Amino acid sequence: METTDYLDVFLEESDEHLQAINNHLLELEKNPENLEMVHEIFRSAHTLKGMAGTMQFQDIASLTHQMENVFDKMRNNELKVNEHVVDIIFQAVEALEQMVEAIRQGESGSMDVTALVSHLKDIEGGDDQTELEHKAAKEQFNPHMNLDEYQMTVVKQAIEQGFTPFQITVNLSEDCLLKAARVYMVFEVFEEFGEIIKSVPAVEELEAEEFETQFSVVVLSKAPAAEIEARVHTISEIESVTLTALDMNVKKAMDKKTVQDHLDKTKESQSTSANNNGKHTSSKTIRVSSERIDQLMNLFEELVLDRGRLEDISAKKNDLELTETVEHIAKVSQDMQDLILTMRMVPVEQVFNRFPRMVRGLAKDLGKNIDLEIIGADTELDRTVIDEIGDPLVHLIRNSIDHGIETEEARRRAGKPSNGKLILRAYHSGNHVFIEIEDDGAGINREKVVQKAIENGLITGDRAEELKDEDVYQLILASGFSTADKVSDISGRGVGLDAVSNKIAALGGHIFIESDPGRGSKFSIQLPLTLSILSSLLVHVQKEIFGIPLSSVVETVLLNEQDIMYSHRQQVMDFRGKIIPLLSLKEVLEVPGYEQDKEQKHLSVVIVKKGERMTGLIVDAFIGKKEVVLKSLGNYLKGIFAISGATILGNGQVSLIIDPNALVK
Amino acid sequence: MKVVVFLMGDQQYGISIENVLGIEKLHAITNVPETSDFIKGVINLRGDITPVLDLKQRFKLGETAYREQTRILIVTMNDMQVGLIVDAATDVMDIDSAIIEDAPQMINGVKESFLNGVAKLEDKLLILLDLEYVLNLDEVNEVNEMMET
Repeated sequence: METTDYLDVFLEESDEHLQAINNHLLELEKNPENLEMVHEIFRSAHTLKGMAGTMQFQDIASLTHQMENVFDKMRNNELKVNEHVVDIIFQAVEALEQMVEAIRQGESGSMDVTALVSHLKDIEGGDDQTELEHKAAKEQFNPHMNLDEYQMTVVKQAIEQGFTPFQITVNLSEDCLLKAARVYMVFEVFEEFGEIIKSVPAVEELEAEEFETQFSVVVLSKAPAAEIEARVHTISEIESVTLTALDMNVKKAMDKKTVQDHLDKTKESQSTSANNNGKHTSSKTIRVSSERIDQLMNLFEELVLDRGRLEDISAKKNDLELTETVEHIAKVSQDMQDLILTMRMVPVEQVFNRFPRMVRGLAKDLGKNIDLEIIGADTELDRTVIDEIGDPLVHLIRNSIDHGIETEEARRRAGKPSNGKLILRAYHSGNHVFIEIEDDGAGINREKVVQKAIENGLITGDRAEELKDEDVYQLILASGFSTADKVSDISGRGVGLDAVSNKIAALGGHIFIESDPGRGSKFSIQLPLTLSILSSLLVHVQKEIFGIPLSSVVETVLLNEQDIMYSHRQQVMDFRGKIIPLLSLKEVLEVPGYEQDKEQKHLSVVIVKKGERMTGLIVDAFIGKKEVVLKSLGNYLKGIFAISGATILGNGQVSLIIDPNALVK
Repeated sequence: MKVVVFLMGDQQYGISIENVLGIEKLHAITNVPETSDFIKGVINLRGDITPVLDLKQRFKLGETAYREQTRILIVTMNDMQVGLIVDAATDVMDIDSAIIEDAPQMINGVKESFLNGVAKLEDKLLILLDLEYVLNLDEVNEVNEMMET
């Protein structure tokens, strides 16, 4: 069998299932009675086993097989969920993750799992496994059989006439070539035994091969289940068949679910990824490689440039028909842009998912009790940011657990609840996304930080007195800094936080630190929503055109020359009762001047903000708002003051984009 | 080795053709603030923002006067794409590495560190540039820092 084609699919689905197991396992640990979770884990393990078997990754298959057995016992209330069991399962999951990762790296994915398997076997107690497996298979399928009124009536009448309604789920093998033909053969068999009243997906979809490998039907038959099953198995390329007699009560419950409900579920599964119905929802979502979306984005950027060019031309020609067409193009492409950007957005959950287990593990290692609360996991961020944000967050969380949250004893002495609290929060605000890591630990010790900073030569003793708290906290982000007295292997190597700070800066973000001694601390990371297309205000400075990101612009004002005031020899102005500094862009950016227009009585001022602080930028004229594609100045020109990049205008001219954050003091 | 030959004043210079992406006529340059004086700004090279240097100024030989023959040599090195303003781009030549000699300390006012060597042709000299050094800003920054302090 040619397995390489399926490798990507295998890897992705394995990731999803392992993540699902992780999540459910943590949930199960909290509520050991929650059988729902056991079912979920069982299903994921079962699917994994199947996939690994097909792909001939024997070690994954044997480990998942044993996990499956353990969960089967739990499911049948023959085994209690306790911490020991959960620990072992976590170890198994970790091993699975390592194997999957090894496969991703092009290795064989084999590993010595005998120790884990025997641990699991000990837990399970060594029952007859073949029987367990049989039972497992029976319960494995997850039906979405919504029978309508009419079908319900038919089923009821059939039961009265001595028929049994069976729900049959058939899995074709992954490498099945002519799926429609197999479906036809399976249907033939069913029709020998009775009548098919419903199929999911619908027959038309099955014929068009618009399904992956699994389909379910409801069949009315008088034949025994085993006979039907055996008959279907005679057809080749059938991976598995499961039959269950439909229970009318169950069916009624299911019947209540509306189609809308079904759709919602599909949506949910897209965003949660911790979903085991992948095969059912596959008709509504498709997997697209991120590379293609990047290509689409690049092409679209070119289109935006051409749109700008067209707008210029139509403004010049003053032709009504042309203008209308261009306006329409602008509107359509704006909608397209929104769509493409949302395609690139992924929920931050993808990153957050790995933290519950990490926190659990760290807390155990350090002998602390920590409750992790995750808020806003569905907050979406640009994929490029998501890819980069994981490591910095790991560092910050480790930092909070190691340095922030105290030991149980210290907490009790301080009169706090014995369990430490760690909150991971994500939310949107304006054009930014914030990710916060908050703990209720000891907070940052200002004296200690200052002392350390002086030792390391970051600041001088006399300067330390003047520093505001927030400035002191920023020092812990400097390189070569660690306040923990003891260096543990969890954090405190002194390389972590400055790497975090650099990474965030590279993404165009900032870290803000708040701390309340004795009460805890909060690290907020502010990140830009998207990276490449931005709305900007174009302005003239002498003969050059600059772009100012609209997200920073408060408003534009015309200022009378006599309204300029001076404070400490710095030009200032009154903006709504607030005195704010004035900067001339021409002077700051050293724009070569050709004309000194002394006649001008009004100054054009763009008010920009950075947080609470504002500054007025004096320009020569406002041009207007424009969507521009932000391009980097390249590797040669790095770190240019107050310039974040450049864009190409409609006439092909390059115009620089100003970084107002550098100008607001 | 194959080199692209260009002129600065009357002198011929060469850059290995592997590093040359193209030769462009001069077009609108957007000034970039707070950069060294030899960085003239950025141009739109078919959608790519490309910085442009005045090579003559880079060698501290004064600013290039723009004329009809003035060209921008688009070169690439270590993931950087940069345009070099030269007086004219004249030829592509095959050079036998046997005729390449070490550069003297100073030739036509250009310091040795900028050069990879000199090729003696029948009638004149062809000076081969060390592009990596030309594009290295660390050296420039060091000098600037020294001047500031």
